This record gives sequence, structure tokens and C-alpha cells, in this order.
Amino acid sequence: MNSSWPVLSTLIFFPLVASVLLVFVRKDLAVRQVSLAVAFIEILLALPLLKFKLGHADFQFVELHQWIPHWNINYHLGVDGISFLMILLTVFLLPFCVLCSWSYIGQRIKEFHICMMLMTSACIGVFVALDFVLFYIFWEIMLIPMFLLIAVWGGPERKYASLKFFIYTLAGSTLLLVAIVAFYVAGGTFSIPELIAQDFSFKFQAWTFLAMALAFAIKVPMFPFHTWLPAAHVQAPTAGSVLLASVLLKMGTYGFIRFCLSMTPEASVYFAPLMIGISIASIIYGGLVALGQNDMKKLIAYSSVAHMGFVTLGIFVLNVRGLEGAVIQMINHGITTGALFMLVGAIYERSHSREIKDNMGIAKFLPAYIFFFGLFSLSSLAFPGTNSFVGEALVLIGAFEHSLIIGLLAVPGALLAAAYMLRLLQKLAYGEPVVEKAKEWKDLNFREWAYLLPLGVLVLYIGLAPTLALKTMTASIEKVLGYIENNEVVTDNERQDLSSFLEQRQLSLKDQNEESEAD
Amino acid sequence: MTQIISSYILLPLIITLIAPFAIWYFRKNINLRESASFIAGAATFLSVLYLVPKVLDGTIYTYTLFTILPGITVSFAADGLALIFALVASFLWMFATSYNIGYMRSLNEHAQTRYYICFAVAIFGAMGVAFSSNIFTLYLFYEIITVFTYPLVAHHQDKEAYRGARKYLVYLMGTSKLFLLPAMIMTYVLCGTLDFHLGDMVTGIFPEDAPTHWVVVTYILYIAGLAKAAIMPLHNWLPSAMVAPTPVSALLHAVAVVKAGVFSICRIILSGFGLETMDTYYLGLPTAYLAAFTIITASIIALTKDDLKARLAYSTVSQLSYVVLGVALLTPLAVAGGTMHIAHHAFSKITLFFAAGAIYVATHHKKISMMSGFGRKMPWTFGAFGIAALSMIGVPPVAGFASKWYLITGAMGAGQIVIVFALMASTVLNAAYFGPIIYKAFFEKPAPGIDINDYSEAPRTMVIPLCITAAISIILGVYPQIFYQFIAVLGS
Repeated sequence: MNSSWPVLSTLIFFPLVASVLLVFVRKDLAVRQVSLAVAFIEILLALPLLKFKLGHADFQFVELHQWIPHWNINYHLGVDGISFLMILLTVFLLPFCVLCSWSYIGQRIKEFHICMMLMTSACIGVFVALDFVLFYIFWEIMLIPMFLLIAVWGGPERKYASLKFFIYTLAGSTLLLVAIVAFYVAGGTFSIPELIAQDFSFKFQAWTFLAMALAFAIKVPMFPFHTWLPAAHVQAPTAGSVLLASVLLKMGTYGFIRFCLSMTPEASVYFAPLMIGISIASIIYGGLVALGQNDMKKLIAYSSVAHMGFVTLGIFVLNVRGLEGAVIQMINHGITTGALFMLVGAIYERSHSREIKDNMGIAKFLPAYIFFFGLFSLSSLAFPGTNSFVGEALVLIGAFEHSLIIGLLAVPGALLAAAYMLRLLQKLAYGEPVVEKAKEWKDLNFREWAYLLPLGVLVLYIGLAPTLALKTMTASIEKVLGYIENNEVVTDNERQDLSSFLEQRQLSLKDQNEESEAD
Repeated sequence: MTQIISSYILLPLIITLIAPFAIWYFRKNINLRESASFIAGAATFLSVLYLVPKVLDGTIYTYTLFTILPGITVSFAADGLALIFALVASFLWMFATSYNIGYMRSLNEHAQTRYYICFAVAIFGAMGVAFSSNIFTLYLFYEIITVFTYPLVAHHQDKEAYRGARKYLVYLMGTSKLFLLPAMIMTYVLCGTLDFHLGDMVTGIFPEDAPTHWVVVTYILYIAGLAKAAIMPLHNWLPSAMVAPTPVSALLHAVAVVKAGVFSICRIILSGFGLETMDTYYLGLPTAYLAAFTIITASIIALTKDDLKARLAYSTVSQLSYVVLGVALLTPLAVAGGTMHIAHHAFSKITLFFAAGAIYVATHHKKISMMSGFGRKMPWTFGAFGIAALSMIGVPPVAGFASKWYLITGAMGAGQIVIVFALMASTVLNAAYFGPIIYKAFFEKPAPGIDINDYSEAPRTMVIPLCITAAISIILGVYPQIFYQFIAVLGS
């Protein structure tokens, strides 16, 4: 079934076309203006997506065309509740990325914007592809502009950082490729919906799960595979960091939900304790390391490791609350961490340093800046009323429903988040100021307000009224859990006395859901 | 018991939310700025007062603002307990503003706009805690108070201030993240909702078939998580927070912040767990003993302090546990005594802190040993101090006596002789650490090197508020039903 207007294809190919057009633009300012216009048109083009039907679990806006019939490879696109919000986030962030690079990028401006356009195309492609080969193509394409963003416009150690990023991710992708081929051999198709519908033997599932999980774990990144992330973040230009944190990392967790849970449900259940263990390790490790950082960007990079740990924890507790929390936390992390990277970029343009000690005590001179920094820091530490709180609370609810012990183990991560973010905020706002320089710095200009304010509004909107966002995903999440349900194994003896009780509770919760929806 | 859904309940919150912006807007003109603060205080108090008649008729106002998840909402309710705290906090805000003007201007403090803004936001948080009708809303405003009082504690921005403020933040934020957050989530997992059961104190929200160890662990996490109540061993932030300017110590660390802590504990016990659940799981008595331990130990530590504010801080730690003790005894009279003490202690303790600040502004002395003879030059200040101290000790007819009376009767009713003895011992200890201050001030010769003729009363904007609050302490002692009637409508 093809929808009348190919929304998804337009979203993928419009930035591509625009990047070709950009080649012919001469002046630097014009390049920036054209890119900004392209970014806004991309948002307009995404408007038809708002016709997304809430409460439907199936793929919508499907586009299906034959591509290589011989191998049964199709051009197959579609959106469900899990990818819908990710696409909106990707499209929404593009104009802000252009704006925050306005004065940050001083050389090869045209090439920079072309790279960003290519990135956007590839990112949207990854989230909407419903054919494994198509998915893999977008997955790999995305690497190149990101590599260039770091390697060309990056900091002093850009060569090391970009290569490390490239090698890590590529290593993961090769395993993913092996898994894709294995699925084709066993299932006879590359179509993702068809593969999801098939049953595979446990042994096959286990091996493919491990191959895919490694690829995604590197992308997320989870604890032992995270070392590329701080290097890449610190060296990347602001817009690169924003894209990396907000969109690229989400591909890993998206992959976990779309492929691991859906295609290899038995293996997912079997390996869930391992993945939960690694997630908690990521939360605690990321938090502890972030606590010791003196470089603002590194601190936020390590906080990403901790935040993404919460996302993977939410995924592998394998219940509705946890998964809802995971998906909404993916969006939240994109907004909050993206905004924090933009803020670090903004202060770097003034002080030319990312060290905390060079930017201390600026509350007096840059009150608006500190206001936004405070808002996004509070969001990052999951202050109630902000977006991350909703995500973190849902993940924790899921974890506690899964097991009391796992829930309690994850809580110190929440404390660490408060510790490292407040430490950073305290030093920026209060520390011994570098007066002679800081006095001359100007507070936020119009352009900076323009990209921080919408993100700030979004932080509070999702924090106080997440119902709409949750409604888009719930049906799809329940469908994913449907694959798992039959395979649920109770291993924990301590859970026995609780499980029956919680099941009742769970039912009553669902009733309430239905009631509130009926209202 | 009727419930009315009325957006009117938002009014005190809206006023306190607008106040910081108004203060910021008038930052250039200090008179307008302080007027904004004062008018906001008066308006908030009047808007809370408007709720009183209907609530006393047994009505509960409720309003839901946002729905985060089913069962987790930002919603507000005004019942008797809420009004006790809201009335006290908004009423004293007016006095604190007047006092602030005298204190901050006399000492020529820096960053006064930031100070007034954070002060107003802290009151906004206190109002939110008072009117919260579920645990999530309570947690939200509880955290707002923590974050926005940090700049107040660190106001002096020197090493000592930062050290005190860091301790403050580590204790309050740490416990709320580490204990309160999981407690809240466990409650949600067990009950499927975070809404308090309003209307009577007996029933809670925990289902009868909930696993025992979960309920007990949740309860312990709540008591540990609400560190603003300063129950030992999590009391240490309060003395450290005394690095703040005195009006902050007065309004926040004697009224708004700490009362937000004990109020939350009352709310969780009375409307979250309910007296029935508390009784079933034997949670009341251990809490009462912990509170009694805090009362005695903090009083003993207070004896050793020569710094006036430090002594008052430990006295606060001790007095706060009266509230917790009363509620934990689970008998109607004791609960009444405990919750009344929220108001009674507030008026007396703010007088004591106001007096301490006035003494500092007038003489720049903080040590009790240096204050000999000051009473002759500052009769109003020390007179008010004396009245408030009598209230702390529990001498009739001052406010503290009334709540202590209910507490002791309640403890007798519960058959807890140990608790009765603890309360009596605390009376003696209170007399032992407040008595010498008053005696020295009026009857001893000045300390060597001090000429009391150099000193006179502090500015009038400071002395008048503290005399009024002292007078109110007496009124509350003579007419304890003023606050008792709010508890009577809680239902048992």
C-alpha cells in the first residue's frame, strides 16, 4: 500500500537535492541562509507526518517499490510509533544545528553545510527503512559525513578522534552485516516486517542477537565500548556533537528495539540480565567519570553514556513502562544534551576554552546564558517537571516492576546525575570569576535565543504534558512486547511472591489507561 | 466531606510565581522591588485566607493542572493540614520581607535582587508543597525549594558559605534522589497512583495485599528521603545552612524549608500510608522513638553551642521532631499536637531568629557569651526573644505550651511513658539552653571590652515584625483552637 504523497522519501531526498544546490552557492552568508531555509522547508515537508494515526501499532506512510527483484531487495519505507518521534526530532534539530554553527564554523562553510544535509538524509533513512539492505546502506552512509564533520572541522586532535569513531562503528557494522546476511539465508527475505513475523530457532536467535547487539552497543555506546564517544564529542564542532548526541546515538537503541527485541525475542529474554547488568554499569560508570571531568564537553559526553544506560535499561526490563520510558528518554536526551552542547559551543565562542575553570563565575555577566544552562542542567539531572524526569521515572518504574533489586541498583545513577550537573552549574554560575575577560562577553544574542528558547519550551512541555508523546508510541511498544510475552521466563526467586501481585496491579493500571483514554 | 474542583486554589501559587518576575522587573528601583515582595506576601496570605471558611466547613478544594501519566499528576488540594502550612508560610513572608529590608539595607548586602527573587521562589515552593495533592507534586515543589534556596545559603559567596551550601545541597538533593525518588516510584508500582487519600487520616493508598517488605522499605525510604525534616542522623545540613543571612535562617530554616520537610512527613503518614497501615506494619513506634532520640540529642548539642544561630539551629532540629513524634504516635490528640506545632513553632522560632539578626545588625555580635547586658539597651528585641524562648520551653500561656500539652496527653493516651519522659526532659533542656541567654542579657554585667552604651535597638523595620510575631505566639497560646480547628476537619 503506497500512501498518496511520499512523505518519507521527500524527507530523505530533499536535503540531498538541497546539498547539490548548495554547491552552486558562492557567498558564505548565502550558504548559511540557504541552509537555514532548507532546514525550515524540511520541517514544513514533515508536517504531513502529523496525520500519524495514534494508537495504531502498524507501520504508516508505507512506501514499497521494487528495487533489485533478483535479491528480493525493495525500497520499503514506513513509520511506527517508535520511529515517528525520532524523525520529528531529527528534522526539528536541523535548523538549530545550522544556527549554532552560524559563527562557530569559519572555514569551508559550504562543505560543512553539505555534510549536515547528507547526515540528515541518512539519519531519516535509518529510522524509516523497512528493508534490511536499505537500512544498512543508510547506516553506513551516515558514517561518512560524521567522519568528515569531526575530521575537518574538529579540534586539535580531530584525526585521532575521527579515526577512532570510524573504526569502532565500522567494526560494529560488519557484524551487523553478517547478521543481515544470516537473516536472509534463514528467512529468505530482507523485509523487516516479514522477518519480524518469522520464528527462528533459539540457537540462531542467540547468535544473531549477539552480532546485532554488539553493533548497537557500540553505537549507543554501552559501557565497555564507549571510549570513542568522549573523544569524538570533544573534537567535533558543536553541530557535530549535537547531531552525534541527539540522533546518532539513538540509532543504537532504536536498533535494539526494532531488531533485537522484535526479531530475536527469545534471545532478548535470555540475554536481558546481561544487558541490564551492562546498562547499570554504564549508568554508574558514566556518572562517576563525568564527576571527575574538567572539560565541559567531556563531562556532557560521559553524562550521555549514563543517560543512554537508562535507555538500554528501560529496553531490557521488557515491560511497557520501561520501553515507554526508553523511547521518551531517547527524545529527551536528544533535546537536553543537544541543547547543552549548543550552550558549551556558545561559551566556547566567547572564552575559546571548554575548561570549566576558564568559564567560572559568569552568572553576573551572562544571566540569560546561566538561565538556560540551569534549565537544561536541571533537565539533565531529571528534575521533576522537566522532560528527563518523565523518561527516568518511567524507566525506574519499569525496573522496579521487573525487580526490586535492579530498581534499587539503578537509583544511585540518578544521584550521580545530580552530583555532576550541579557541580558544573555551581562552578559556572558561582566559581571564582575570570573577571577581566568575562566582563567583555556579551549575553545571548538573538540567534542564540532563537535556538535555545524552543528547546527550553520543549523541555517543559514534555515534562509536564507527555501524554501525547506517550500515546504515539504505546501501541507499537505493546506490539513489540507481544513478541516477547510468550518467552518471558521468571528466573528470580524473589520475584515469585511479587509477580502475581504486580500482575494484578498491572491489570488495574491498564484499566485506568483505558478509562483515561475513553475520557 | 465534600470535594470541590476549583481553580481558585491556584491563586496563591500564581501570585508567588509572578512575584519573582515582578521583583526582577523592578530591580532598578529598590523601593518598588521591596514593595513588590511585600504586596505579593500580603496577596498570597489573603488568597489563602479566602480558602479558610469553606475548608473549616469540611470542604476540600482540588484542582488538577497537568497529567503526566495516569496516576501521576500535578494537582493541588486544600484541606486543613495544607492550610496550616500555607497560612503560616504566607503570613510570615510579609514579616520576613519587612525584616529583610531592614537587615539587607543596614548591612549593605550585595546581589539583593537575586536574594529577593530566590526568597520568593522558595515561598512558591513552600506553597506548592502545602497544596500538593499527590506525592509527585510534593516532590516537584520540594526539589524547587532545594534548588532555589542554594543561592540564599551561599549568599556571602566566600569559602565558608560555599562549604555550608555544598553540604546543604548534598544532604537535601542527595537524600531526595537516593531515597525519596525510589520511594515514590515504589509507591507507584504498588498502588498504581500517587494521589493522596484526602478526607480522613485513617485510610491510606497502599492496598492491603501489598507485600510487607515492600511497604516497610518504602516507608523507611520516605523518612530518610525527606531530610528537610532534619531527623537525626540526617540533620547536619541545618547547622551548616546557618552561614546564610539571618532572614534566610529565620523564614526558611525555621519555617518554610524545614516545615516543608515535616509537613511532607505528616502528609505521607496521614494521607499516604494512613494511620491504619502505619499501625498494621508497626511503623509508628520506631519513628516516634527516633524522633524522641532526635529531640533529646539535639537539645544536648544545643547546650554546647556559644554561637546564637547555631544554638537556635539545634533547637530547631529538636523542635521539628516534636511534629514527627506527634504524628508517629498515631493517636488523634498526639497528631493534633504535632501538626499544631508546625504553626506554633514557626511563630516562636522566627521571632528568635529575627531577634538574633537584630542583635547582629545592631551590635555585630554572634556569640552568646558576649551578649551580657544587651537586654538593657535592646529591651524590645530581648523581650520578644524571651517570650519566644518561653514558647520553646513550653511555658503557659505561650504557643509552645499548647502543642506540648496535646503531645503529652496523646503520648499518655498511647501508653508511651518513655515518650512522655522524653518530652519532659526536653522541657528541662530547653530551659537550660534558653534561660542563660535571657538571664545574661538582662542581669549580667557586660563582657570585658564591651561598652553597651554604643548599642541601641536595630532599625524599626526589623524590631516591629519580631514584636508582632512574639505577640502572636502569645495569642496562639491563649487560643490554641485557631489552628486546632484545621486539624479537627481532617477527620479520623
